[in-house]
Amino acid sequence: MIEGAKWRRWVYFHIPLAGFLIWLLFPFYWMMITTVRPDGELYRPWNAPNYTPFWTNNPTFEHIRYLFAETLFATWLWNTMVIALAATAISLVCGVFAGYALSRLKFPFAGSLGTMIFVTYLVPQTLLFIPLADIIRNFRIGDSPWALILTYPTFLIPFCTWLMMGYFKAIPKELEECARIDGASRWQAMIYIILPVAVPGILSAGIFAFTLSWNEFIYALVFLSSPQEKTVPVGVVSELIRGDVFFWGPLMAGALLGSIPVAIAYSFFVEHYVSGLTGSVKG
Amino acid sequence: MARVLLRDLNKHYETFHAVKDVSLEIQDREFVVLVGPSGCGKTTTLRMIAGLEAITSGEILIGDTVVNELPPMDRDIAMVFQNYALYPHMSVRDNMAFGLKMRKFEREEIARRVKIAADILGIESLLHRKPRQLSGGQRQRVALGRAIVRNPQVFLFDEPLSNLDAKLRVQMRVELKKLHERLGTTAVYVTHDQVEAMTLGDRVVVMKDGWVQQVGDPLELYNAPANKFVAGFIGSPGMNFAAVSFQREGDTLLAVNHGLRITVPAPIAARLNGHAGRDATLGIRPEDLHLAGPDDDEGHCFEALVEVIERLGSEILLDVKVGPASMVASVPPTVRTRMRDTIRLALDPERLHFFDAETEVAL
Ligand SMILES: Nc1ncnc2c1ncn2[C@@H]1O[C@H](COP(=O)(O)OP(=O)(O)O)[C@@H](O)[C@H]1O
Ligand SMILES: [Mg+2]
Repeated sequence: MIEGAKWRRWVYFHIPLAGFLIWLLFPFYWMMITTVRPDGELYRPWNAPNYTPFWTNNPTFEHIRYLFAETLFATWLWNTMVIALAATAISLVCGVFAGYALSRLKFPFAGSLGTMIFVTYLVPQTLLFIPLADIIRNFRIGDSPWALILTYPTFLIPFCTWLMMGYFKAIPKELEECARIDGASRWQAMIYIILPVAVPGILSAGIFAFTLSWNEFIYALVFLSSPQEKTVPVGVVSELIRGDVFFWGPLMAGALLGSIPVAIAYSFFVEHYVSGLTGSVKG
Repeated sequence: MARVLLRDLNKHYETFHAVKDVSLEIQDREFVVLVGPSGCGKTTTLRMIAGLEAITSGEILIGDTVVNELPPMDRDIAMVFQNYALYPHMSVRDNMAFGLKMRKFEREEIARRVKIAADILGIESLLHRKPRQLSGGQRQRVALGRAIVRNPQVFLFDEPLSNLDAKLRVQMRVELKKLHERLGTTAVYVTHDQVEAMTLGDRVVVMKDGWVQQVGDPLELYNAPANKFVAGFIGSPGMNFAAVSFQREGDTLLAVNHGLRITVPAPIAARLNGHAGRDATLGIRPEDLHLAGPDDDEGHCFEALVEVIERLGSEILLDVKVGPASMVASVPPTVRTRMRDTIRLALDPERLHFFDAETEVAL
């Protein structure tokens, strides 16, 4: 290796990368360390002589125990999982079909319809929850999982549709034409050829939709009120912050445990998911 | 196997008239090539035959059936696309079997046909691979295999060789020709490459701007082009053109321009009778020019200034200036000349072409 090339690599690649990683991962580290820190250390003032902000000498699982024993955290996890999966499934089915239709079928106003769907996605949830609350009351599904399963698709379907439209457009139309010449109906061509080829795109859309519903806050806060119906983000915040008292240990434990399913979903699909984002469908 | 008949075929995209009154009869077992510059409507014509593009007006018959309203799957055709369009998630075997599965063939029959096709194309060892694990030439073969297992009435090819490198292209061209000899299936082949068209086609259809310019076998197109466009498109290097006007001197008709004073041979002159006094374009192919010798009639010779010498090994191409016109002459590799030399060239009077200056139609 040429002398000097080594330090260049360090200066331009390794060191910036390390800095970036630290910057990115520090909040998670903080979350973890707070989860296992005993209360005595947590509320120690910063100028105390034995103040150790970045590590702990007496790790404890007390906060996690508290979370499961003294709060409805397990129920919240279950609620969130059911709601996120159901909303994702609905949105994915609608999004895949709508995306296919908008990108592949020729019908009047296909282009403007696509744009309108995208505009729907841009309407902020903070505005939309007001009319939605009215609708949910009329349908009498407030304070039940259905309130979220049916409202999350309002932003997930446009999102999935838009993502899938882009993905379908990148698949050469000859593939489908060839299938149709080969004797497949439009429907068969979609099931046997287009959908399998689009699997990376469908996975990416699914993971994003799942994450969005898992982390969703406003609708969950507004449409659910009983503690046993809540989702993780709302439950943790509403039950573990009482007045101006923050129960930092259980809060962080809840946040940490709450982010694990998403992390698993990501790492499990990462291979497909990455190729889905880069969208390579080379024959 | 079947003939294909196109009757006054037209295609309008919203505002654009892409295919204009194309009529063509393709015989059973014939290999017909549509050729023309990019954007002339070849692909659109082929896609209308395949049923992938709606027909604006006119009729298409395959066999004796009008197929205008039939979906692609019911036309009993197979198409090979420029980008091969192999199903990326299926093995080569499944790619080839897909069409048969869709048509509910028996498993044994599918296996048998795939094996035969793989044998013919020499891809038995690739059957378990995915398309991305194949080279360009191998993908090409799989695409062909997928077409031949179906044993359709008509093959449609849309520039199937244009994604291959030059050497492979020549090799596959020969194989395609052999394949057609062997299977005898009626084929319509689209290309922008006139060499491919001439070597593959039983008959060649030259198109431009959506119009059919001429239909004929390769030699017909080469020897008797119907207009200036076909004359310039077919043959490589292309035909030389020079604007001329006709003068009568006694019994002989002369084609005259700066530096040119060509005696038009009697048979051609007879055809040109009504044209005396009007302007025309003279056409002569590079290979019909040679260095003037003592045997050459004075009326067929002219002087030319050598500008560039291209030595190709088997021949030398001389780029010359004749008055204001540029011409190319193909001469034997033994000829010795230098740049900026003035040489005397003679043309083969039998091989002269004349085109109307305005309509560009052959005279
Ligand atoms: N879907 C379309 N919409 C509008 N114009 C088109 C469409 N497809 C092709 N064209 C136009 O029709 C003409 C012929 O196209 P094509 O048949 O693909 O030409 P080529 O001879 O190169 O295969 C081109 O000028 C092209 O721009
Ligand atoms: Mg084309």
